Amino acid sequence: MDIRRALVFLACTALAAPALAQQPSGTLDRIKQTGTISLGHRESSIPFSYYDDKQQVVGYSHDFQMRVVDAVKKKLNLPNLQVKYTPVTSQNRIPLVQNGTIDIECGSTTNNLERQKQVDFTTTLFVVGTRLLTKKNSGIKDFPDLKGKNVVTTAGTTSEKLIRAMNDEKKMGMNIISAKDHGESFLTLESGRAVAFMMDDALLAGERAKARKQGDWVIAGTPQSKEAYGCMLRKDDAEFKKLADEVIAAALKSDGEKEFKKWFQSPIPPKGVNLNLPLTDDMKELFKNPNDKAFQ
Amino acid sequence: MYDFDWSSVRPALPFMWDGMKVTLKITVLAMSVGIALGTVIAMVRLSKNRALSAFSASYVNLFRSVPLIMVLLWFSLIVPDVIARLFNLSRMANVQVISAMVAFSLFQAAYYAEIIRAGIQSVKSGQIGAALALGMTFGQAMRLVVLPQAFRNMTPLLLTQTIILFQDTSLVYVMQVRDFFGAANIVGTRDGRQVEMILFAGAVYFVACFVLSKLVKRWQERLRVVAT
Amino acid sequence: MGEMNWRVFFEQAPSGGGATYLDWTLQGLKLTVLLAMASWCIALVWGSVMGVFRTLPNRILYGISTAYVEVFRNVPLLVQLFIWYFVMPELVPAGLGDWFKQIDPFLQQFLAATLCLGFFTGARICEQVRAGIESLAKGQKAAGLALGFTLRQTYDYVLLPMAFRIIIPTLASEMVNLVKNSAVASTIALLELAAMGKQLLDYTARAYESFMAVTLLYIAVNLVVLGFMRFLEGKARVPGFIGGGGR
Repeated sequence: MDIRRALVFLACTALAAPALAQQPSGTLDRIKQTGTISLGHRESSIPFSYYDDKQQVVGYSHDFQMRVVDAVKKKLNLPNLQVKYTPVTSQNRIPLVQNGTIDIECGSTTNNLERQKQVDFTTTLFVVGTRLLTKKNSGIKDFPDLKGKNVVTTAGTTSEKLIRAMNDEKKMGMNIISAKDHGESFLTLESGRAVAFMMDDALLAGERAKARKQGDWVIAGTPQSKEAYGCMLRKDDAEFKKLADEVIAAALKSDGEKEFKKWFQSPIPPKGVNLNLPLTDDMKELFKNPNDKAFQ
Repeated sequence: MYDFDWSSVRPALPFMWDGMKVTLKITVLAMSVGIALGTVIAMVRLSKNRALSAFSASYVNLFRSVPLIMVLLWFSLIVPDVIARLFNLSRMANVQVISAMVAFSLFQAAYYAEIIRAGIQSVKSGQIGAALALGMTFGQAMRLVVLPQAFRNMTPLLLTQTIILFQDTSLVYVMQVRDFFGAANIVGTRDGRQVEMILFAGAVYFVACFVLSKLVKRWQERLRVVAT
Repeated sequence: MGEMNWRVFFEQAPSGGGATYLDWTLQGLKLTVLLAMASWCIALVWGSVMGVFRTLPNRILYGISTAYVEVFRNVPLLVQLFIWYFVMPELVPAGLGDWFKQIDPFLQQFLAATLCLGFFTGARICEQVRAGIESLAKGQKAAGLALGFTLRQTYDYVLLPMAFRIIIPTLASEMVNLVKNSAVASTIALLELAAMGKQLLDYTARAYESFMAVTLLYIAVNLVVLGFMRFLEGKARVPGFIGGGGR
């Protein structure tokens, strides 16, 4: 095998590829042209965007996403707009929005300044804090208790970056496992591979709902950050962003509390568990004054 | 001892069958395109034109020295938009599945090409000479004399490679494409029954590949008998 | 995507100690090499033993080795890895399973990946060793036995030394395959080269540069492997017996 030739070939393709991959035109134009909108969703971000027992996408964020779809239908006068679903993970969601596979991703994506360099975010959907899920009798009360322990988090999330940074700064000697999605993270915790799962508190509540014995698990620890979830859009598409922003803001004002009740204070699929999360002040404030500000 | 609970399998069968259809689609398409493209690459490689020959050698060597997972990641994260425009896809088309098909076709072509090249070379060179002496063009000699014999000799190898391809399609896992294994794994994580679902998927692959490889082997033995 | 920016590799990575993204990449490379070497040891030893079993007149040993090859060649590598990593710890006796699940996750991932790749590659080496032995003239075995060697000695001094020399070129491509297959370990979050590619993308948002660097490093490793095996092949050549690449 002569690999030197392979290198020359690679070099040629390497130079050609970026030239081919130009930015697509405006999202709304593209939707109008193709009669199709492409949605990004999560597979296990309970209760924001996930599969129910019939493998249909459901969730709090998904409801808002569908409102945007309805508004697009109306605006472009496309009653038969086709909707395409693409599942994403925390690790591939940003590239997939950037490379044009997905027009709008609504799930559990934190809007922060760093990500704003790559994509745009709509009006905030939800506010979370990053905390820990652990067994009641594990003895883990807060982050310092994790010294030298196995901790799981989901690859590509803000929690992953936070806990890695904490581990390095405070020399805590934690062993950090980065699982592929929240479902796998929880399995890692449940099977005893990790003593705690660091993630956004609402997602932790969603994962806990899957446990065989819910009472065994507690959400603990001082929130390490306050984060705002938004839907992700391609960067610099003011027209589409304005439409999505307005739809979501209006929906939060009129139906925000109803949606919250539906997903956080009533039984939800697939198992009919009620997450029983209280309405926080941050959420009340968001329903009153919707905005697209990042917290960090 | 672990407490097995296989109750997740049955209700998930239709869902897994949908996944299996994706697996089969990718396999069949990558096999067809891969063999066609592989034949072209092999013939170009054996041609007298040094630039073309070097080009196809580079192609083969590149794809044979990069992990399939990396190829799939390239295709899922960097080029889907290029592919969508290249093939003028409708936006409803599942770009990730089509990217996977393109990736597997290109990747497998490199492997098929090596098998086909060996197959062509196994046909005695005197036969080309004879065909040319009979007044055939080089293309005719290839098409009518060399390739039919070469393909007969190498069919078992091509099929074995296709069984490997069938197994390798499970790696679309890294592209979030829901093939058979992906579907089984999703159900497993959802129900907290990953152990059972992984074992079930493994058993299905084993039975399918075992039976297929035995069939290929029998065919190979028959060929050997005919040849002697 | 825009323009390429290779300077990103010299920027500081957020893992403390002044490490750059280049250091991260090399860390991934190191792990890929370690993983490949560790699994190669298992594959070579186990594969050779099984390969010899496949040629023995003992029905039980033949049966075991045949079953091994069939199972490990007919289940996809990814599924095998998931079995080693997710399924095995639940099926082995609880004490052992719990011990495994509580050790450093890096070790868990590395161990599972090494065993998986080792036994997977072993099944392929097994078939090559068998083919190597079977390719030797029958007379060689008979001659060994006639000289008064036991069967064991015939294998040790006559058959195996020849067989291994014959299969060096195929072993070389098996080694390249192993390096490539090791990328599957990224699916259980072992931070080897392919997984590092994804993490680089995650932290730097430079998809193109991250993947290109990783791809080139895989090619480089394979180049080294092939060069080394070619050197070995030259050293091990038996004059008058095997020419170039097995004529």
